[in-house]
Amino acid sequence: MADEKKMMKVTIDNITIEVEPGTSILNAARQIGGEVTPPAMCYYSKLKGSGGKCRTCLVEVAAGSTADPRPMPKLVASCRTNVMDGMVVKNITSEKVIDARKGVVEFLLINHPLDCPICDQAGECSLQDLGYSHGSDDTRYEFPRRTFEKENIGPYIQLHMTRCILCYRCTYVADQLTNERVHGVLDRGDHSEISTYISKAIDNDFSGNMIDVCPVGALTDKTFRFKNRVWFLKPLDAHRDCPTCCGKVTLWNRGDEVYRVTARKDQWGEVEEWICNTCRFEKKNTSDWIIEGPTKVNRHSVISQGHYVGLKMPPETLKRVMDGRDPRILMEIHDVSGVNKPEIHLSELPGPAHSHDFLEKDVTRAEEYPGHVPQTLADVDAKTDSR
Amino acid sequence: MAKKLLLDKANVEGIRGYDVYRREGGYRAVEKALKMTPGDIVEEVKKSGLRGRGGAGFPTGMKWSFLAKPEGVPRYLVCNADESEPGTFKDRYLMEFLPHLLIEGLIISSFALGSSRTYIYIRGEYAWIPDILEQAAEEAKQNGWLGKNILGTGFDCEIYVQRGAGAYICGEETALIESLEGKRGNPRIKPPFPAVKGLWDCPTVVNNVETLAAIVPIINEGGEAYSKIGVGKSTGTKLISACGNINKPGVYEIDMTISVEEFIYSDEYCGGIPNGKRLKACIPGGSSVPILPANLLLKTAKGQPRMMNYESLSDGGFATGSMMGSGGFEVLDEDQCIVRHTLSLARFYHHESCGQCSPCREGTGWMEKILRNIEYGKGKMSDINLLWDIQRKIEGNTICPLGDAAAWPVAAAIRHFRDEFEWHVLNPVECMNRNYGLAHYADALEVPVAV
Repeated sequence: MADEKKMMKVTIDNITIEVEPGTSILNAARQIGGEVTPPAMCYYSKLKGSGGKCRTCLVEVAAGSTADPRPMPKLVASCRTNVMDGMVVKNITSEKVIDARKGVVEFLLINHPLDCPICDQAGECSLQDLGYSHGSDDTRYEFPRRTFEKENIGPYIQLHMTRCILCYRCTYVADQLTNERVHGVLDRGDHSEISTYISKAIDNDFSGNMIDVCPVGALTDKTFRFKNRVWFLKPLDAHRDCPTCCGKVTLWNRGDEVYRVTARKDQWGEVEEWICNTCRFEKKNTSDWIIEGPTKVNRHSVISQGHYVGLKMPPETLKRVMDGRDPRILMEIHDVSGVNKPEIHLSELPGPAHSHDFLEKDVTRAEEYPGHVPQTLADVDAKTDSR
Repeated sequence: MAKKLLLDKANVEGIRGYDVYRREGGYRAVEKALKMTPGDIVEEVKKSGLRGRGGAGFPTGMKWSFLAKPEGVPRYLVCNADESEPGTFKDRYLMEFLPHLLIEGLIISSFALGSSRTYIYIRGEYAWIPDILEQAAEEAKQNGWLGKNILGTGFDCEIYVQRGAGAYICGEETALIESLEGKRGNPRIKPPFPAVKGLWDCPTVVNNVETLAAIVPIINEGGEAYSKIGVGKSTGTKLISACGNINKPGVYEIDMTISVEEFIYSDEYCGGIPNGKRLKACIPGGSSVPILPANLLLKTAKGQPRMMNYESLSDGGFATGSMMGSGGFEVLDEDQCIVRHTLSLARFYHHESCGQCSPCREGTGWMEKILRNIEYGKGKMSDINLLWDIQRKIEGNTICPLGDAAAWPVAAAIRHFRDEFEWHVLNPVECMNRNYGLAHYADALEVPVAV
């Protein structure tokens, strides 16, 4: 027993756990799991030296240790603070922490473009999740958001500097996975940016992992750009015999088509094992891979919500608040638009809605609904021309 | 006339050169110190009660005793000459006119700490001073005070001067170390502290220029004698760089027993406010410390006169007090606009934020934009509360103290001068043409009667 390491007792949000010495508060909280775990935007357990920058994982230390039970004067970054024996940590039970975290989320979002509708990261974005769980629904920022000059960093990776939250994870990937780092943070303050040295392209066997570690949509897969939304894709675990990396990946398929390849991620959104660029960018055929089966996706993730069948509509409240009267509609959208027919319910469509879903059925349904004048886009065009 | 320990020879002709400095009693302290043991020197500094002159006021002797001393690992002493705080220029004066005083202090401190490679990290904007320091170090070397086997004690020491590239953040000790290593000047996450893992991952002490210069009189006069100067825990003398609306701006050496009122109005020091104007506000310790209105500056909340020392200036905490800081004493007369002044400070911190951690990176810019709106008559009443909320969310939540330094001036300005901000919001046109003036900021405050 003597040569066994002494375990350290730490209490996080009134849950006590024993961890090995040298464990950070964040990792101790991850061992407990659930809501007790602080969110982390910059810390990445597989990247040495990462963390401490985003300040979302701030926690209150109510008692430093058994030997020195004084509380720590400031909130500490749980990812970079190691536990002491008898430490008492408050995360969601501390109002100070909740308040500070809300502030950090607000700071992270004030200069973020919020272009989620056109962002490839949407649906698997840590900042989106953080905003939903800890942010406020309104912004107090009323100034123009900062912009950057666009920069091409090579054929595989698309850089959107406006979305970057400067977590420095991608620089650690370059430092620790590739032979030579050719990109980094230039300038300082709120105009600092991730960029390559004299616009040199990032070209390295493992550079694609920067895409996986990026918590936001600042670094996205150029070969997947604007191809699809992640929640329409079905993730599959697959592997191949790769000479450079482990070859264990997640394929993102729609039907038989492989849209993109990423490394497998664990429950904290962290890569399990790094993969090489050949696996990620070159092997886009199902025949390249041995498919193991569907990837387990957390049921809270929007990716697991990618089926619209059997959607339950919320009850109509407008009629109820108007004492049963129907609202008077000044202009019915269906009178002027050939798409989006009221009789075609989106939940009945197999997959995402497309304009031909509406046009084809238009002719057949016209007889079923004699009161409704069918109008196609061609009709509208004809009218405009005759004028 | 107060006793001067650092600047007593500053006006001697040619004191910048080695020969005159030596003739005036220079390097006596090195001769004395190298006969002592390093432990004795640290003990002497501890006895002196010297507090760090860079701004935080941490006891120097204690800092030195924290230095880890593992076998076979070099230790480093780094002199922080990255003096970039708006309103602070005391170190520049010391280095420019008394370079040998700093070199002498560095030799003694290096010996005490066991550092045989000592660095002076100087800010890039002091473009002409590195040459002065390098020349002084060279002269010292030629005369046997630096190099191998100094005075036959077997102690080797070299002093290197390293220019910074002009970043305020590199005055933060861990950012300074990063910069000295040739990296981007981002502050490190502490712990580990530099005393354990500093420059090149070796134990390191980072001290301010004035702190290291003050080692010379401590060794010459003895720690005991040094601790008798001043009051309480504010021992020795302090350099104050006074600027703003005063008749005689400049660097003054005070022994921390005089009152703030005397410092501003006596002819020996600032010589009063020009053109018969009245005092409105003052930042007593460099731009990061809270600004105080005239009534709270001259008298504490308890009604006692405020003195120029660490304890008295911080009397009342941030609610009614301020800090000694780095000794950048900025005086504002009744014609100055607090909103504009706060804006220029916010602009500075926005410009100088390193951008590593989110509250400071995003918050400083946000505060500047809101203050700009208020200053130019586009502010809203809710902006004042918003500013307060932003500074509250920056303070204490950042990696390094720059976040606090950016938050405190804004907080103090709103705390003490809220009516002036409100006046700006309510009179958007008038505030472009005239200033709010003195208002009630110099009125005597009601002192709570002791029960």
